Amino acid sequence: MERIEIQKTYKLYIGGQFPRTESGRYYTLTDKKGKVLANICQGSRKDFRNAVVAARGAFAGWSGRNAYNRSQVLYRIAEMLEGRRSQFEAELILQGETIFAAKKEISLAIDRLVYYAGWCDKYMQVFSSVNPVQSSHFNFSLPEPSGVVAIVAPQESGFAGLISAIAPVIAGGNCCVALASEKKPLSAISFAEVLATSDLPGGVVNILTGNTKELLTHMASHMDVNALVYCGKNKDEIKLARETAANNVKRVFVYDKNWNDPAEQNPYYILDTQEIKTTWHPVENIGTSGAKY
Amino acid sequence: MENKLKTSKNGSAGSKKAALDFSSGWNYDPSPESKDHIRLEKKYGLFINGEFVKPSSGKYFGTINPANEEHLAQVALAEEKDVNDAVKAARTAYNKVWSKMPAAERGKYLYRIARMIQERSRELAVIESMDGGKPIRESRDVDVPLAAAHFFYYAGWADKLDYAFPNRKVSPLGVAGQIIPWNFPLLMAAWKIAPALAAGNTVVLKPAETTPLTALKLAEIIRDAGLPPGVVNIITGAGKTGASIVNHKDINKIAFTGSTDVGKLIQRAVAGTDKKVTLELGGKAANIIFEDAPLDQAVEGIINGIFFNQGHVCCAGSRLFIQESVAAKVIRKLKARMESLIVGDPLDKNTDIGAINSKMQLEKIREYIGIGKNEGAEFYESSCSIPSKGYFCRPTLFLNASQSHRVVQEEIFGPVLTVQTFRTVEEVIEKANNTPYGLSAGVWTDKGSKIFNMMSKMRAGVVWANTFNKFDPTSPFGGYKESGYGREGGLHGLMGYVNLK
Repeated sequence: MERIEIQKTYKLYIGGQFPRTESGRYYTLTDKKGKVLANICQGSRKDFRNAVVAARGAFAGWSGRNAYNRSQVLYRIAEMLEGRRSQFEAELILQGETIFAAKKEISLAIDRLVYYAGWCDKYMQVFSSVNPVQSSHFNFSLPEPSGVVAIVAPQESGFAGLISAIAPVIAGGNCCVALASEKKPLSAISFAEVLATSDLPGGVVNILTGNTKELLTHMASHMDVNALVYCGKNKDEIKLARETAANNVKRVFVYDKNWNDPAEQNPYYILDTQEIKTTWHPVENIGTSGAKY
Repeated sequence: MENKLKTSKNGSAGSKKAALDFSSGWNYDPSPESKDHIRLEKKYGLFINGEFVKPSSGKYFGTINPANEEHLAQVALAEEKDVNDAVKAARTAYNKVWSKMPAAERGKYLYRIARMIQERSRELAVIESMDGGKPIRESRDVDVPLAAAHFFYYAGWADKLDYAFPNRKVSPLGVAGQIIPWNFPLLMAAWKIAPALAAGNTVVLKPAETTPLTALKLAEIIRDAGLPPGVVNIITGAGKTGASIVNHKDINKIAFTGSTDVGKLIQRAVAGTDKKVTLELGGKAANIIFEDAPLDQAVEGIINGIFFNQGHVCCAGSRLFIQESVAAKVIRKLKARMESLIVGDPLDKNTDIGAINSKMQLEKIREYIGIGKNEGAEFYESSCSIPSKGYFCRPTLFLNASQSHRVVQEEIFGPVLTVQTFRTVEEVIEKANNTPYGLSAGVWTDKGSKIFNMMSKMRAGVVWANTFNKFDPTSPFGGYKESGYGREGGLHGLMGYVNLK
């Protein structure tokens, strides 16, 4: 007799844990032929709010890590992913990709993580400045993470797109709550399992599955979320997101990109969810004769 | 001369130590800045397409001197049709002239404007103080020179933009609609116009309705500098005019400085459009004094932090936190220093605190003072005299305030300082950041490592360490959280006016 395969229960990823949705709701994911692939959690507003609490809780620690350390953690995610290629390949194929496209998307996702891992300890040098003010002060400006970022991941590119949206946000020291592609959620949850084993502190990345229409307003209006990244091109959703984001002057970034294009990566994506902080300190003016030598 | 310097009489050993009494013995003679040289028209039109034109509605409104309630001039009220005309002029100038001009030439116009502001600086300073109520010392030494410096700084960027954004192609956005507040009228106009023009955009700018005059004087300068017609349009009006700008379909960028409430309205209004937005909104800055701080300097910093420009400063240090061990001493010094502040005629060169900008703002401040008293914080104000006419407010403290007090949580935008104490670094970080705002913060300590710790922990866009309320064209300014987004000043200030590809 053929062995019965153990199927995976796909759950949410919140604060480093894998809870089911508190709402108890699900939607069924099927393949092209209508065969049931999995019951996916239909995340709720409450799940989102819990995830924000987890993200906020992780923020001080993650943003306080030194840049070299963050860089290594991102690199570690890439390492973990490389080792589990076959699982992701299988899931992407289940979601309708060809073998060729699946392999390509995974390679790109891993390389993109390495790309942003490398930026962790460099973007600050590119985007900082020392400002030559007129008065006798030392004055410098540097980027700091905005805080908690809500991400509506792209619908089409379920895996590479998700990673493209998350990586620059966490490379910059933010924490995030990402809503995975509704149609292609499998690899998002498996990616959460990779994150859980990658030295990334719980709460830095939280991943929900569910319905964009239902969750978007809650994501955009939440008073403890500092920025919203929306990947897509639905005009009504973009308008709604921007309007509700005004409740707490949230920064909103709309990306309508082909994430499977290897060129769609640059440090300006990191800069988007950064704030520029400027510091002033007086400089005393004694001993100018020193400059003569 | 009557001499009542009380300390010299009573300061001998054994007697009770008297407070320094500056006001009765050391009278300053009036030292008013002359206004003979000021030329103000009776009526100002709208500056559209390089000339002053009548408003389509034929309506005008008056602007007054808040220090004596005297009428200064009539100013045109721009309505939707005028906004259309201004945007059309800006669009035509963008398409036909400004976007085609070599960048270096654009820069030269900005240099010219900077120079002409310097040439007319005395006139601009006096009008700024007359129209807005700020002390001449500040308009003369801060507002006007900084406005000129902003144009001078950004002039040089015009042909160097490729160096500002590595590996990107830089292009202008198009027409920028800019709405500015009444606290730094000319300076805010400079903050808005200079980077916009340097990056190759054209501008429709609306000054605040209580302080339109220096912006109109700037329009004269822009005209006299020979800037091509339509590149800068300056139209006057109130909130409705601003809304017409925000909602105009042919504007590519909205830059707003003002209250957080209006900022949110703007963010909502442009939600369904492709307009790029930068917002510089309210603040409630913590000014933190550690026990190892140079206390006398810190007291100067506290005074400058909250009483500069009558406290009409979005980044004002309006929440004072003093470490418990030095609280009594700092408060004593602070009260003594407050007694020495001269509140009065903005045109007097000895005046420290001028007039509150408008009757409406004075009423708002008074309402908050009432709220503070009712909430139970300990009210204290300077005993100084204030003029009987005009809008004035004594420098005010609320001692023993607590986090939950509205006077601690909400922006008052006046010379009102709340005072809280703390014991540990941890505690003051929590308290300082526990606000929806995040514009600025001040830290006073002699310990370098503590400064850098506090600097990195403050969730605010500008941190002043052992100083406060300093500004410079090269120094980016702007908020975290509900204090807005985008930066003005410096290299980062260009970001809000360019497309990057």
